[in-house]
Amino acid sequence: MTVAPAAEVTEIAPGAPSRPGRRLNLAWLGVMPFFIFSAAFLIIPVGVLLAGSFFSATNGALTLDNYVELNQPQIIQAYGTSIEISLVTAVVGGIFGLLLAYAVILGGLPRFLRAFLMTFSGVASNFAGVPLALAFIYTLGFQGIFTKFLEGTFGFQLYDPSTGFSLYTKLGLEIVYLYFQFPLMVLIMAPAIDGLRKEWREASENMGATSATYWRSVALPILAPTILGTIILLFGNAFGAQATAYNLAPLVPVVTNVISAQISGDVFHNPGLGYALAVGMIVIMAVAIFVYTRLQKISERWLRS
Amino acid sequence: MTGPGNFGMRTPGALEAVEGSARPTLTQPRGISGSRVVSWLIFAAGIFYFFLPLVATLLFSLRLQPLGKAYDNVLNHDPRFVSSLIYSGLVGLGTIAISILLIVPTAYWVRLRVPRARPYVEFITLLPFVIPPVILVFSLLRAFSGPPFQLSGSHEGLNVLVVCAYVILSYPYMYRAVDAGLRAIDVRTLTEAAQSMGAGWTRILWSVILPNLRVALISGAFLTLAIVIGEYTIASFLVRPAFGPYLALLGRDKAFEPAAVTIISFGVTWLAMGLIAFLGRGSRQGVQLTGGR
Repeated sequence: MTVAPAAEVTEIAPGAPSRPGRRLNLAWLGVMPFFIFSAAFLIIPVGVLLAGSFFSATNGALTLDNYVELNQPQIIQAYGTSIEISLVTAVVGGIFGLLLAYAVILGGLPRFLRAFLMTFSGVASNFAGVPLALAFIYTLGFQGIFTKFLEGTFGFQLYDPSTGFSLYTKLGLEIVYLYFQFPLMVLIMAPAIDGLRKEWREASENMGATSATYWRSVALPILAPTILGTIILLFGNAFGAQATAYNLAPLVPVVTNVISAQISGDVFHNPGLGYALAVGMIVIMAVAIFVYTRLQKISERWLRS
Repeated sequence: MTGPGNFGMRTPGALEAVEGSARPTLTQPRGISGSRVVSWLIFAAGIFYFFLPLVATLLFSLRLQPLGKAYDNVLNHDPRFVSSLIYSGLVGLGTIAISILLIVPTAYWVRLRVPRARPYVEFITLLPFVIPPVILVFSLLRAFSGPPFQLSGSHEGLNVLVVCAYVILSYPYMYRAVDAGLRAIDVRTLTEAAQSMGAGWTRILWSVILPNLRVALISGAFLTLAIVIGEYTIASFLVRPAFGPYLALLGRDKAFEPAAVTIISFGVTWLAMGLIAFLGRGSRQGVQLTGGR
């Protein structure tokens, strides 16, 4: 009688608490290379930037001054321009991408066009940065082919002062950003539209709904989280764009251009302010991605394909 | 999908059938053809927007006489074109190798042994969406520009930095591709079967798990390669002789040659995407956001 519990104790007591504990530790060791690499090249460097934004560059004291200094016309204008460009291209690109996805899936177009659209969306959403900026300069730039075509064929002077048009402005950036914005919308919306079940349409038709009613009361509410979420994703997509902006219009005051100038030349003569500028950008991106993932979760409830 | 088949199926009652069939026959054909016209218009607008810059760039690149001279100049008389492509290709291969070495064991281990690590791993692999390349390179330059780990002073150090930065950029779609690939196979049973035959962990990963992830890894690798070759932001701030900065510089110096290189790089992107689409037939299209925008 005294032996049995003792044996049980020796069997369980040293085993039970330590075995799961040790197994857990060893198991976590397996994911350590990933965490160490991520810490070294992502989390700690970004942490250094974050920490740097709270210290004064002149005397090293802990301070919020860098964030107070964000409140200057130049920086507010940069954030404003970036937000405006991102918002405009996200909404316009989102609506156009949605229409395109709808047209090619449910709009009665031949099926092969759909495969074609998906491939070209994959290409176009990846065709960004320097080559994209160059391609638009060759198209709509001062000497661009399309600029000259308009002039030669219709006698329309695109760069006439009366039009006020220039590719190297905010509007130019918006036109160029749309090139990678709407294909991304197509790529994400197409599977979502596919996820609309036939039964839902049949059920609403059985109850006498017209196509318009079906879309207004069934399909759009189901797609709404995906649509909204993807538009927010497009916002972040444009907000973080650096290569395109810098190579097309380095003087348009978008945040990435300002940060680029700060990295290469400390234009503010205050490294701490540069860090605060970067942190502000991370915060905006984080909010966008957070809202996107939330909305994505909601839409997954309905759209499982 | 909105074919007339639907109507044939629903004939619940006489009254409803009359009501239901009268209206569609009146409005539907017109509605369909009307909406089809709109669909064609939208599609045409998309195609126009998509091809206009490409056609213009192509025409521009052919302007230098004799025909094709711009391509000849780039391909045969500009050593930096080839050397920058080779450099970016090598960086891409290094990125792919390290990314696979990091992500596959991690995703496998998370699925098999430490599901509690999943939220952390997913959070980290999502971070490259939140931290744009320009901020990533900004923070890497600040963190590695002085002791204890100075990497920004030498070419070797900068090469290490650029590869590591690209590995971080590859996280979101590499992890997703691998995780989806693992979900499709029965990891536990495969592992137990391999273990019962006496295989160790490296052998399980190398001969059992990796071959099963072939498609996921190859499409992830092509995407990584396409992104690394076109990337500008990180490469230019780390002063690397990569393809993106080369093209940017060429764009400032020359008139017609950059158009030729743009067309070539577009062809490369199309090739990579075509291969990915071909490999991933039937599966969902990969969506990536961490490239060089």
